[in-house]
Amino acid sequence: MNYWLLMGILVVVIGFVLRLNPLLVVASAALATGMAAGMTPLSILAAFGKSFNESRFVTIIYILLPVIGVLERYGLQQRARALISGVKGASTGRLLIGYLLFRQVSAALGLVSIAGHAQTVRPLVAPMAEAAAELQLPDLDPPTRDRVKALAAATDNVGLFFAEDIFVAIGSILLIIGFLKQNGIELTPFELSVWAIPSAFAAFAIHGARLLLFDRWLARRRGA
Amino acid sequence: MIGLPALYLLAGAVFAIFAVLSLGDPGNAKRIGNATFWGLLAVSFVAGDRIGDVGNGVLALGLVALAGLGLMGRSNPATTTADERSESANRLGNRLFLPALIVPVTALIGTFFLKDSGWIDPKQVTLVSLGIGVLIALATCYLWLKPPVLAPWQEGGRLMDSVGWAAVLPQMLASLGALFALTGVGQVVGGLAGAAIPSGNLFAAVSAYAIGMALFTMIMGNAFAAFPIMTAAIALPILVGQFGGDPAIICAIGMLAGFSGTLMTPMAANFNIVPAALLELQDRNAVIKAQIGTALPLLAVNLLLIYFLGFR
Repeated sequence: MNYWLLMGILVVVIGFVLRLNPLLVVASAALATGMAAGMTPLSILAAFGKSFNESRFVTIIYILLPVIGVLERYGLQQRARALISGVKGASTGRLLIGYLLFRQVSAALGLVSIAGHAQTVRPLVAPMAEAAAELQLPDLDPPTRDRVKALAAATDNVGLFFAEDIFVAIGSILLIIGFLKQNGIELTPFELSVWAIPSAFAAFAIHGARLLLFDRWLARRRGA
Repeated sequence: MIGLPALYLLAGAVFAIFAVLSLGDPGNAKRIGNATFWGLLAVSFVAGDRIGDVGNGVLALGLVALAGLGLMGRSNPATTTADERSESANRLGNRLFLPALIVPVTALIGTFFLKDSGWIDPKQVTLVSLGIGVLIALATCYLWLKPPVLAPWQEGGRLMDSVGWAAVLPQMLASLGALFALTGVGQVVGGLAGAAIPSGNLFAAVSAYAIGMALFTMIMGNAFAAFPIMTAAIALPILVGQFGGDPAIICAIGMLAGFSGTLMTPMAANFNIVPAALLELQDRNAVIKAQIGTALPLLAVNLLLIYFLGFR
């Protein structure tokens, strides 16, 4: 075993702990790993560039920003806030539990791209959650406001991760099937995806409970 | 047939516009850095398939250098005030949500109805539909709101600058993952994990698999990269081979144990770091901190689910 290959992982961990620029950390880790494996600098550069080019699809989502930007110019976030401010009894926790349910159900049906951080969280869910928090705690301080927004993003991730595998044609299910097939185990997508259901319920229960606890925390701070 | 190449041309055009507008923004002292960064990304989208692997590597290094040397700033083009936005929100009412819904609805309709139309590459139907949705939504905004011609691009550019270099971090991490795979880093980690399990103890073996999936996912930023390695090192030889577990249950839930790790790592940049930038949070790791309280109990649940369901 060539344990020098673990250098790259070490570089990543140290880089993130020292809070260096992550792009710099990632490039250095790639260089360290390639050198440990005895690759030439040019072949490291080529392997890095090839994969960078092949994964461009993850960066596509930003073509949405001009649409979100121009709608925000005409008050989209304010409208999202106003909609929630008018709902009696609205709370951050209950709003985000509703979003969690929506995200889990739609992802389980394979509709993973209809929501996301650029599509829904920034323009709609985060401002709504902020407006609900303002109802609960009228003078919302900046750290708590950031906490509310972070919870909105977290809710999107939890809802997506712990429901998408229920859909039979999602990437991770296909990956498992392909991998097991190479190892002589034949399974259908459905035999796998049904076992994603217990974790989906657990994710809803755990994250939902935390969101309700956040509501209580806001209420306690208002009382204090 | 419309596929990824057409979509990449559209993305290249969008980034090129961001680059040109950055250059013409006197309010940003680092405007040349921003213009170069978004310009390089435009080149990547338009010509990435023609400049060769080394060319792409040099392009990626250029992006790293601009970000690492702190050469990027934020644009601040003239925009509407908060009061103007509230007034316009009141005037336009809930109809403002409609253009925002065009994109997801188009993606939805496209996914269901255009898959077998022959017009769109069926493998990329969701992404292409998303691109078509963006064009329809933009046209709707121009016709209905009649903004200044450059306004959507200036506003989009402002949001893009707030994301900044984090926008390409997911792609860079994918490249690092490719180098890890090429050099066999995973096999070394898998070998260490496999050797660490006391023999004959089922609970220890299940824990090593579930926690190993989460930890290795945190390092790689991606459960897909961790899964084949941990499963080959622990799940197949020990959990299935020695203890006779059900591979479907172990693998399906093992992947989800990895997803718990995704919630806890800055390496999963598009889920954890990019939203912190998009929401303009002070702390780059705020989303991760908000997720740990869900991720740790969920990892424990997944571990126990494998233990209790997988070996009957």
